[in-house]
Amino acid sequence: MWFILTINSVTLGGLLFLLSAGFSLIFGLMRIPNLTHGSFFMLGGYLGVTLIRFGLNFWIAAILTALIMAAIGVTVERLLLRPLGGNAMQQVLLTLGLSFIIADLSLMIWTGDPVRVPTPPGLEGTASLFALQFPLYRLAVVGIAVIIAVGLWLMIERTRLGAMIRAGVDDAPMARVVGIRVSALFSVVFALGAALAGFAGLMAGPYLSIYPGLDSEMLPLALIVVILGGTNSLLGALVGSFIIGFLFNFGQVLFPNLAYVILFLPMLVILMFRPQGLFGRLT
Amino acid sequence: MAAGVRSPAIAQGAPVRVGQLTIKSGPLAQGGLLIEQGLATFLKDSGSTIGGRKVEIVVADTGGSPAGARSKVQELVEREKVDLIIGPITATEMLAISDYIRRAQIPIINLGGAEDLTQRHANPWMIRNVCSSGQASHAMGDFARKELGHNRVATISDDFAFGHEQVAGFQRVFEDEGGKVVRKLWPPLITPDYTPYIAQIQNVDATFMGFTGSNPVKFMRAYAELGVKKTIPLVGGWTTGDDALLKSLGDEAVGLHSASIYAATLQTDSNKRFVAAMLKDYDNVPGEYAAWAYVTGLCLDAALRTTGGDVSDKKKLMEALRGIALRDTPCGTFHFDKYGNIVGDIFIKRIDRKDGKLSNTIVKTYPEVSQFWTYPEEAFLAQPVYSRDFPPAKNLEN
Repeated sequence: MWFILTINSVTLGGLLFLLSAGFSLIFGLMRIPNLTHGSFFMLGGYLGVTLIRFGLNFWIAAILTALIMAAIGVTVERLLLRPLGGNAMQQVLLTLGLSFIIADLSLMIWTGDPVRVPTPPGLEGTASLFALQFPLYRLAVVGIAVIIAVGLWLMIERTRLGAMIRAGVDDAPMARVVGIRVSALFSVVFALGAALAGFAGLMAGPYLSIYPGLDSEMLPLALIVVILGGTNSLLGALVGSFIIGFLFNFGQVLFPNLAYVILFLPMLVILMFRPQGLFGRLT
Repeated sequence: MAAGVRSPAIAQGAPVRVGQLTIKSGPLAQGGLLIEQGLATFLKDSGSTIGGRKVEIVVADTGGSPAGARSKVQELVEREKVDLIIGPITATEMLAISDYIRRAQIPIINLGGAEDLTQRHANPWMIRNVCSSGQASHAMGDFARKELGHNRVATISDDFAFGHEQVAGFQRVFEDEGGKVVRKLWPPLITPDYTPYIAQIQNVDATFMGFTGSNPVKFMRAYAELGVKKTIPLVGGWTTGDDALLKSLGDEAVGLHSASIYAATLQTDSNKRFVAAMLKDYDNVPGEYAAWAYVTGLCLDAALRTTGGDVSDKKKLMEALRGIALRDTPCGTFHFDKYGNIVGDIFIKRIDRKDGKLSNTIVKTYPEVSQFWTYPEEAFLAQPVYSRDFPPAKNLEN
């Protein structure tokens, strides 16, 4: 049992990282918790499964989903958030309102029946080790999360775009002074965040299914991961994801009556003693 | 203020006004949608009449919240002057409006499962034409013990009243007949991944689950993928094997036994008609929600036939509702006990794959099942209501 829990902690961590990486980037640069993030996750799942029903391969559908979500992300940032001119409170309220709209639109389009997402061909089986079985697909999700993490890290640390994003995160006014178009970065980061969330939604499909309410189930998880790890740190999101993965799995077995407390308690402690999160920097 | 509100005398020929409390938005809206389809199917069948009178449905959306239900029911009664009410969908909403219904003295046909709505706190103005939470799982306890021959089971269910009461009903009958419930697991209603719970299910003959909403879909998939299904079969409550849920399920659900008051494959005339109409108009196999709406239509029709179409005398209308005994309905044969709860057939269904599609096969029918199962009513009511800890689990192991 402990062995399964350990593997599952890692796989849940991988999924949580896919979910929260974009949330962390947006929070870091734009300084707003994007409350539409859970909706992007759910919408990505619905869009992906719709594409699959049109006969597309799972992976092609996943990439297309990410692209469509990126387009939606740019649109939301340009048309809705931009006019609010950096007024954080209004922007947060807007993302909250948008999440309600997306929820009801999804209900109209995809009805309320849980949608079953097929496991991609070749990954349906289970991996056996000793007498234990573990679904192959979930292991693949960890692999994908690692690839995305490395890709994001390279982009942030090794590219010109990444350098600009880092500059914008550290000190937006100063970045503007040196000629970085921070507002364009906002669009890029918001699109990237939406794409990652949507992609994660489809990746989660084969084991969570897609259903109304998934949005509001996932948003708090992204929040606790990012608050725990640090709001403007990709490494923080990564470490936070795996910590929550382990806490969730072991907490529910060891302290079954405190399942939710176990998840939120570390967040509370971190906020009290290290408000910037484990890997966050004070800015 | 609210007490004694009466509908004005309605001229002959004016429609009967039925207030419907439903949910049209949010995660619970699917139930509302299915009910809408079932009700529309009934109205189409009956030419929009009940008991020979034209009927008008006044819909109010509660949003699924108890506060929403409370304000909407008042609106229906005092402003819309409805003659009676059907709904609301959830038990928490019904609990929130129960006192108001009592004071307003307006008949209500409800589908909330909470045991005490028709037991220790029975409302004289309510009938419930679906099972109480424990009613169907009593039958499943019997079936799992006697027909499937299980000795040791684990239970897993959402950690809220509906989950608690289902497990309690199952456990009581199963243990009274010599079985043992050796592990009880209670994941929160919102659990993204059931693996940590499934990992704890071992060394048992079967697992009883009482999940609701989309949770059975998530749970069964993980249960099969982790390889547990091959060795430990699943049995469940009505929300786990509901016919409307089948299209969201796959091979992981094949072989599931569930107990329910409704089965889409039941071969009564009215059910065959109902299923055919639902398939034709909505491309949906009806489940218990849609069936509830249709059967509610039949109940209204029967009650108005008894009163000769009169709905102005609420006492008489209520008596007529409670006196209903129907034979040909989508839910089979039923009548009501003195607490207003249904006494009817419980079907044990098994999910099979037929012609590539999942469908439920009725493997056993328990006739005339009451909410008290075979227990004496007074003794049953003298005990505490079903909960997480009652009846106490004496056989838990670690």
